[in-house]
Amino acid sequence: MLVDHAAARHNQQKHTLVALVENKPGVLNRVSSLFRRRNFNIDSLAVGTTDDPNVSRMTIVVDASRTNADLVERNLYKLVNVIDVQDVTHLPSVVRELALIKVHVANTVKRGEIKHVADMFQSRVVDVNKDSLIVEVAGEEEKVDSIFNVLEEYGIMEVVRTGRIAMARGGARAAHEQDEIVFSGNGQPH
Amino acid sequence: MKLTGAQIIWETLLQQDARIVFGYPGGAILPTYDALYDYQDRIRHVLVRHEENAALAADAYARATGKVGVCMATSGPGATNLVTGLANAMMDSSPVVAITGQVASHLVGTDAFQETDVTGVTLPVTKHNYLVMDIEELPEVLAEAFYVAKSGRPGPVLIDICKDVQQKSIEYTPVTHVQMRGYRAVKPMHKQDIPSLLNNAAALINSAARPVILAGQGIKTGEAHGELCELINKTGVPVATTLLGIGVLTEDHPLNLRMMGMHGEAYVNKAIANADLLIALGMRFDDRVTGNLAQYARNAKVIHIDIDAAEIGKNVRAEVGIVGNVKQVLQDLLPLLANNTHRDWLARINEWRDDTRMRDVLNQVLPDEMLLAPHVIRAIWEATKGECTIATDVGQHQMWETQYFQHIRKNQLLTSGGLGTMGFGLPASIGAKLGRPDDEVWAIAGDGGFQMSIPELATIMQEKLNIKIAIINNHFLGMVRQWQDLIHNKRYSQTQMWTPNFQKLAEAYGMLGLRANTQTEMRQIIDQARAHDGPVLCEFVVEPEMNVFPMVMPGKALDDMARREPAALGTGMDAVK
Repeated sequence: MLVDHAAARHNQQKHTLVALVENKPGVLNRVSSLFRRRNFNIDSLAVGTTDDPNVSRMTIVVDASRTNADLVERNLYKLVNVIDVQDVTHLPSVVRELALIKVHVANTVKRGEIKHVADMFQSRVVDVNKDSLIVEVAGEEEKVDSIFNVLEEYGIMEVVRTGRIAMARGGARAAHEQDEIVFSGNGQPH
Repeated sequence: MKLTGAQIIWETLLQQDARIVFGYPGGAILPTYDALYDYQDRIRHVLVRHEENAALAADAYARATGKVGVCMATSGPGATNLVTGLANAMMDSSPVVAITGQVASHLVGTDAFQETDVTGVTLPVTKHNYLVMDIEELPEVLAEAFYVAKSGRPGPVLIDICKDVQQKSIEYTPVTHVQMRGYRAVKPMHKQDIPSLLNNAAALINSAARPVILAGQGIKTGEAHGELCELINKTGVPVATTLLGIGVLTEDHPLNLRMMGMHGEAYVNKAIANADLLIALGMRFDDRVTGNLAQYARNAKVIHIDIDAAEIGKNVRAEVGIVGNVKQVLQDLLPLLANNTHRDWLARINEWRDDTRMRDVLNQVLPDEMLLAPHVIRAIWEATKGECTIATDVGQHQMWETQYFQHIRKNQLLTSGGLGTMGFGLPASIGAKLGRPDDEVWAIAGDGGFQMSIPELATIMQEKLNIKIAIINNHFLGMVRQWQDLIHNKRYSQTQMWTPNFQKLAEAYGMLGLRANTQTEMRQIIDQARAHDGPVLCEFVVEPEMNVFPMVMPGKALDDMARREPAALGTGMDAVK
């Protein structure tokens, strides 16, 4: 599989693809099977519902130094249940990740310090216990990485990250015209 | 009209003009076979002896007719037996619809008797698949399956239908149109891009000094034979074909260089290696076609036209990539192209071609009792004057077929390309004969591949199919033995093959069986087989250790080939080893 090394050098290493998929059983299986079959390297895959109950939205982060993001997009497009795919890497877009970080609390002083760190990152403490607390942080991955690094010295007990979600800015939305195929008498579509 | 799910399946097949079904009944598909009883006057069901052969025959039927091939099997083992055939259709982009029975919907997920997650198992080897647990979905799913299988880049589609869905009834009206939210047969290009891409392609073609067209199966699928002919007659650009591209242009056309790749003739591969422009039409730069990619056609720019956007840039970077139906793209491109003859370039290629002619195995004068596989292929060609449909198996005989049979008719050769499925030949000949009943059909197989599909002799007899079978018997798994000879220091690990008495085997099936050990007998039994009104099994006992040359060894550049020795210099034994 050709990797576009030039593109990987000059542009961003991580490509963000947004896929709208039909909300049907097995669609996630089809997408993940495609990645395995084509030997695509995927950093993260986030799936959720949309305003349309028949449509789910996937945000897929591709490591462009190892995998040609363009070919990921084209192969995704071929899946029958994929309505549309868009590479938003070079579009003005909002990119976010949510993380929950459970931190060890050695004593009340440390608790105060951790709270202070959370405040500095405009994140919140969402659960407090005698010897631990959970920090909820949302933002770009760099921000999540940063707070993670700072909190590490207190002892991180558990982390969950949603993976990147993304949406292009402005009025445009990932849309897709519907094809209607009419059969003639001999069963051949035209 | 109130119909059961089973009846809806057959009604859809009739509507889709799918009047031949290759299949095998069983528990979970029983309701559908029960309904078939009332459709037997309109639909011909071919009872195969193994489900894999149902899928392979349906695939070959599709290739022979251009229509969708249909196969059917029961749940569990029936469905899993289809997998090889589906993978074959997937790799070679053949439109097949497979219908399988599944356990009743309330039992799904319980490890019920003969339950297998068939949509899970077949997911990577189908273009799409469906599990139908609700009869309300069935009519649309069936219509969609035929559309998806046939449109764009064709491929196999499987529909797994729960037993209770086959039994339930609904008010049925034929589906006359399908609406699919996610499916585009062809990925649309930006409209404003197309004129500039065509202009860029035309500029490259008009200025090229050493261009070669690489023609693949997309020409067949897109029915662009005429446009290809127009293209070469106007531009004088020679054509090399892929294995599946054989038959897109008659091989007696002076600009048809014939097959390229691992066992393509050296002059074809040299032309590609020395080209300054490759015009790839409906082909996918398979590794058997390119050899070592890093050294592939180093001085050539590439124009890649294909219906599948995901093929462009997959293996070879294209200066110009155009996504679309090759027929349409060529129609748009043709007016932009200048007349040319490429006299110097063709003269150079012809020098290489003369060198190849000198090395032809058939130049060698051999004693009558020394029978070579190429003799057999050439003798079938001479006897039929090339006017027949050939279904081959996979291996040495398959490559010799491409070298020694001059294909003059459209889509004449049915062969397993991408998957290289041994056992394809015999079931493929069944699909071919049913698709082309008026054609003389030859199955050519090695003794290895034939033994994988022997049970289908019964299908041939039961369906009264007039198929001529040629077994090229070298008592080896020939192509594997060749690799062991050339790469593994002649360590013939598990490639020697005991074979049954094929004449007696034929007799046991009530079929005429013939055997040839010499060149004279070879010609006699081919004539006898052709004169016989019915299926014939011909065994040709050939030299056991002959290798297919030329050959691009694994990892080597395309023009770095192991060649045949020039016949004039040898004793005639060199090629035989």
